[in-house]
Order: sequence, then structure tokens, then C-alpha cells
Amino acid sequence: MTWKTDTHTGWGRVHSTTGELARPERQSALLRLTETITAPAIGMRRSYGDAPLNSDGRAIDMTRLDRIISFDPEAGLLEAEAGVQIGVLADVLAPQGWLPAVMPGTGFATLGGCIANDVHGKNHHIDGSFGDHVESITILLAGGQRKILTPGRNKDLFRATIGGLGQTGVILSAKLRLKPCVGDVIMVTEQRAADFDAFISLLDNSRATYSVGWIDATAQGNALGRGILEEAETGAGLVPAPKRAKSVPFNAPGWALASPIVKLFNALYYRRVPKTGRTLVKPIGDFFFPLDAIHNWNRLYGKLGFHQFQCVLPVDRKDDLREVLDLIARSGLASPLAVLKRMGPDVGDQPAGMMSFPQEGYTLAVDFRNRPGAEILIHRLEEMTADAGGRVYLAKDSLARETRIKSMYPEHATWCDIVNKADPEGDLKTDLIRRLDLRTAQ
Amino acid sequence: MTPNTQETWIILGATSSMARAFARSVAQDGAAVLLAGRDMEDMQVFALDLALRGAILAEAHAIDMRDNTGFAPLIERAQQEEGQISVAVFTGSMPPQSEIDDNPELIHGVIRDSFTGPAEFLQMIAPEMETRGGGQVVGVGSVAGDRGRIGNYVYGAAKAGFHTYLSGFRNRLNRSGAHVLTVKPGFVDTAMTWTVDGMFLVASPENVARDIRKALRKKRNVIYTPFFWWGIMSIIRSIPEFIFKKLSV
Ligand SMILES: Cc1cc2nc3c(=O)[nH]c(=O)nc-3n(C[C@H](O)[C@H](O)[C@H](O)COP(=O)(O)OP(=O)(O)OC[C@H]3O[C@@H](n4cnc5c(N)ncnc54)[C@H](O)[C@@H]3O)c2cc1C
Repeated sequence: MTWKTDTHTGWGRVHSTTGELARPERQSALLRLTETITAPAIGMRRSYGDAPLNSDGRAIDMTRLDRIISFDPEAGLLEAEAGVQIGVLADVLAPQGWLPAVMPGTGFATLGGCIANDVHGKNHHIDGSFGDHVESITILLAGGQRKILTPGRNKDLFRATIGGLGQTGVILSAKLRLKPCVGDVIMVTEQRAADFDAFISLLDNSRATYSVGWIDATAQGNALGRGILEEAETGAGLVPAPKRAKSVPFNAPGWALASPIVKLFNALYYRRVPKTGRTLVKPIGDFFFPLDAIHNWNRLYGKLGFHQFQCVLPVDRKDDLREVLDLIARSGLASPLAVLKRMGPDVGDQPAGMMSFPQEGYTLAVDFRNRPGAEILIHRLEEMTADAGGRVYLAKDSLARETRIKSMYPEHATWCDIVNKADPEGDLKTDLIRRLDLRTAQ
Repeated sequence: MTPNTQETWIILGATSSMARAFARSVAQDGAAVLLAGRDMEDMQVFALDLALRGAILAEAHAIDMRDNTGFAPLIERAQQEEGQISVAVFTGSMPPQSEIDDNPELIHGVIRDSFTGPAEFLQMIAPEMETRGGGQVVGVGSVAGDRGRIGNYVYGAAKAGFHTYLSGFRNRLNRSGAHVLTVKPGFVDTAMTWTVDGMFLVASPENVARDIRKALRKKRNVIYTPFFWWGIMSIIRSIPEFIFKKLSV
């Protein structure tokens, strides 16, 4: 009664896979099944590509192990089971003056998934990545042994687990250092950036705690790189309760996000914000998780699905970033979902995880419909990223190639050593790991 | 419930995912929650979770529907709380029909978990609810109780018994001002149904909890959740027996 055969996909829905899933609802059920079987854990499958897939194999869905285990409102410390969703934590904590220190762009991501991809949020330039705020991790190692990981006691395994794509074991729970917030509303200032240079300078000069840029990835010529910068601070006050989420009930037809429509949409979206900018007050969720208001929005891309490409380029490689944008704009393949953000330097003396994506620079994320040409374009973008000393984000990827990826992650070889010791049989491998042969050092 | 009266919810079968969703929903409104079930370790973790979500009190109590020794202490514990006492029953067990076919004795456990255990508990707590003159009872039955089907007729029979019991119990408690809601869920995405084939229109436990809360506010007597199961079951109930006996629905 534990394993069921299921066909499922990552968020981009390009690849679907059939494998066996278990979804324990209690710790005791999880421990029973891991006594005999070692399998990778997965969360809400909000990774776009094949990170949460294990074709013809097994995976443990952690989403029902979602309880808050302890909370210290004085110290701002929280421990929770790995399946809890970040948006739920935000809802529960904000009225008490705290937030998860780092929140990705979807509140549906689980605590375990946030650790395993060492996610970043709209405050990376100040607060670093998710892993920078993890005090300890309770993990179930291959073979069933439970272990508590902290930077003090077992730093290597701790750092191999953060951003470790589930390869060190099943994260059961974790203790987080929270970030104080004023209340559960957010004040957002929006301003237009007329072109690439204007955008970069706005990003560089932003002093806000939270900032994120929407970029019109279809604009070309003089308008290349135009967009809207949103800067925000938490606040107290009363705003209308968030509306209940809507849902996209079925796949949209193929033309729904065709190039002329996207161009038109983007132009309107850009003009929505007055030339002089504006300030709005919203419930926090509307700012942090704007897309969560529409469930299954990934169906808008039709049944073929879509890719997201996300890279980070160093601060001194702005010209390469401009070229990347130019290539995307000229391709006519971009969707309205394109984000540009400034990432800050490491907050500690080294990155939180050995395989952490964030590095100081500019990060660009763009969605592409799965159409002929998209793959070639993404491969070209990956090349340009590598040449510019940047990185491709594996949480979003389903196309990258082995050698290039390995050279983007400087601690990859050390990480390999540690995970191969922790899981010598390779039972925790996922499709992503196999595709990029990530468990073999270059 | 007026804002200054406390409501204490006893949740029987508190480790099921439907019970969890329901308990979280009442916790958010500041209720006191007494979790009752067999997995103490699990319920203790859950009690903390509920407290952090707004429950003014959340405790775990060991109870087993097949052994009534835990019933009286739990009722005594609830009596110490002021205000209304309410009970939500989420217990039930559904071994595959084929296992029951091989081992008919399993029937007793199914009936005990899904019907007679909770009914005995409700009988025991009824006088206290009558004395207090209020409170609510949620009895989770099943669409399986509406008609005996080849795939799970023992479970269905237990739930049918529970439905009938609740109907009479509603009449009794109504006289003292307490309300009894019978809930008949269709397919719900829980550990019990995880590996069951041929599921369709599956509801999430959170949606079921939302439907139950809404039905309590409106003082509904019997609901199907999701609502369209009322239509499906109306059709299934109307099929003549001489045809139904040949179907494998
Ligand atoms: C709309 C949207 C916006 C997003 N915005 C951002 C953003 O701003 N910043 C950002 O960094 N990311 C962002 N993401 C990506 C997302 O945050 C990450 O992919 C995250 O890891 C998803 O969490 P999940 O629970 O869905 O994990 P899954 O996708 O299910 O799994 C991801 C990885 O984590 C591993 N894993 C999951 N749970 C466990 C566990 N308990 N133990 C061990 N390993 C585990 C899996 O094996 C897999 O390798 C966004 C995604 C979407 C859909």
C-alpha cells in the first residue's frame, strides 16, 4: 500500500516520467519504508526541469510531512518538517513579526526543496541564499541512519546538502533563523527602466530590502532591456485579504503565447506603471509569490510545456548580459515571464552550499515556450554564460550539457566525493544527476 | 459560537490527513484541540503545529477505537474545558476487500474503527454535550456507505451503519441544541487511497475541510464533498438491484 506508479513532470512539463512514488504522512511511515529502500526525496516539483524526477525508479514525496515542530518568537528560530511550504510559513509567521529569511518566487516550494536547491529570493543582495539561514538539518542518510547536520559538527556534509539536489539523503526537518518583519503587508515601489543601462543602474543603486525586476524580453533596439523595478519593505496595516487563487483548468492552445501576443502584452504591462513610478500596499503574498494566485499557470504554455533559462553573470560582465538579452529578444521565443535581479556577495566566508547557484552579479530568468528553436537558443545561452564566468541554475534546467555545467560549479569535485561516500550505490540519483553525470568529477 | 466562548474540538483519528486539515482549520480560529489517535509521537508533533497556527490549546491523547479504555479519560479531560465541546470523527479502516475475503475476521476491526468505536464514544460524551446545551459533531462517513459495492462492501456496510447511527444521534442532540453533521466524502487524496486504482475527481483534504467548516456554519445535516458526489450517488442508488448486482462499479 506504499508505492504507486505515477506519471509526472517538473513544473515546465517538457519531460514526463513514470516512476514509483510513496507519500508518507507520518515520520513512522517514512522510517518504515526507508529501512529497506533508499530513494531520493522530492517536494512540490516546482523545479522546472528534471531535478525532481527519477525515471523508472522510486522517489519519496515529502509534501505530507509538513508540520512546524518548534518556534521561538524571541530568538526568531523555527524548526519544521521538510514538506512544509514556504508560503505557509510566511502566512503563519508574518503576523508574529517574522518571515523565512529567504523566499523563492513561489510559496509552494517546500523547505526540503529550498535547501536542496539553495534557493534565493528578492533580498539576495542583502541576505544571501536560503542556506545562509539554516541552523541545522536532520537528514536520513542512505541506509536509514538519522543524523543532525550543523556547520559546527559536520560542515562538509552540511554544505554538500545545501544545494545538494537531494544527493546526501532525505531531509526530514530543518531549523531556520528567521528574518524580522514589520507586519504582514508590503509596500512596493515600482518604477520604469527605459533600457538596459537604466535598469542596471537602478539595480545597482537600490537600497531596498527586497527588489526584483521584470524585464521585457521582447523589446529590441533602443528599448532593449527595458522593464520595471519593484522595491519593497514590509509594513503593518490593513489591506484587503488576498483573493482565493484561481486555476487554469486545462492546457491553453499553442498560439496563446505566440510572439505577437507576448509583445503586445509586454508593452501594455510596461506602460501600466506611470512614467513617474508609483507605490502600492499589498498583502505580502502578492509581492513575494505573484504567480501563485493562479494555480497551474504552467498549463498556459500548452501541452508541450516550456523551458526556463536562468543564469547569473558576474558584475563586470554587463556587456555579455546585454548580448544575452539581445539574442533572446531577437529570437522571438520569450514569454512575458522574465526576471532580472541583482545578487549580492556571499554573506558568510564562503557560499552556503558546495553546489549553490548564487554568486555575485546579475541573474536573468526567462521562460521559453517549448518550440523548435528554443533548445538551440538555450544551448547558445548556456555557452555564453560559461564564457562569461557565470552559472546556469539547475533548478530550472532540463537541457544543459555536462562538461560546461561542471566547470561552472567550482566545488563540484569535492561535492562528488562527499555524496559518493554518503550514497555509494547511487540510489539517490535523479534524472538531472544522470543527464549531467553530476556524480562523476570532471 | 460567540467570540468569547471557547470551543474544544475532540478529533478522533487525528493522524489522518483529512483530520489534520480540519484541525488546522479550527486551530486558525482559536479553538482548543484535543487530538486523539494511536500514533502519539505523530500527534505530539502535530499538537505543536496547531498551537503555532492559533489553537489556544492543543494536546495529544492516546486512544484506540478497538479498546474503549481511553474513552473516559479523554472525555474527562474535555470536561475540564469551559464552553462548548465538539467532536469530529475521522476514524475508519479499509483493508482491501480481497484480504477480508481471505480472512473474514478482519470485519470486526473495520466495523469497530469505522462505526461502533466512534458510536460508543459519542454515546459516552452525549450527556455532557446535552448538559452544556450546544456543541457540534462531525461524523465522517463515506459515499461507500450509500450502496454496497463489490470492491469494498464491508467498509461500505460499516459506514452505512455509522450514517444511520448519526441520523438518530442528530435527532437526539438536536433537542438540547447541539448540531450533528454527516459528511460523505467521495475520493479524497489520502494515504488510504494513495495506491487505489481507478480514482477520479479526487479532492484534497484541505478542500474537504473547507466544505465541512462551511456546512457547520450553515447547519447542514448531511453533505457530500465535493458536492457533485450527491449527483453521482443519486444515480448509483437509483440503479435497480437486478442490474446493480451484475455491475462492477
Ligand atoms: C513560479 C516559480 C518561481 C520560482 N522562483 C524562484 C526564485 O525566485 N528563486 C529560486 O531560487 N528558485 C525559484 N523557483 C524554483 C524553486 O524554488 C525550486 O525549484 C525549489 O527547489 C522547489 O521546491 P520543491 O519543494 O518544489 O522541490 P522539488 O522541485 O520537488 O525538488 C527539488 C530538488 O530538491 C530535492 N528535494 C526536495 N525535497 C527534499 C527533501 N526533503 N530532502 C532532500 N532533497 C529534497 C529534490 O530531490 C530535487 O533535487 C521558482 C519556481 C517556480 C515554479
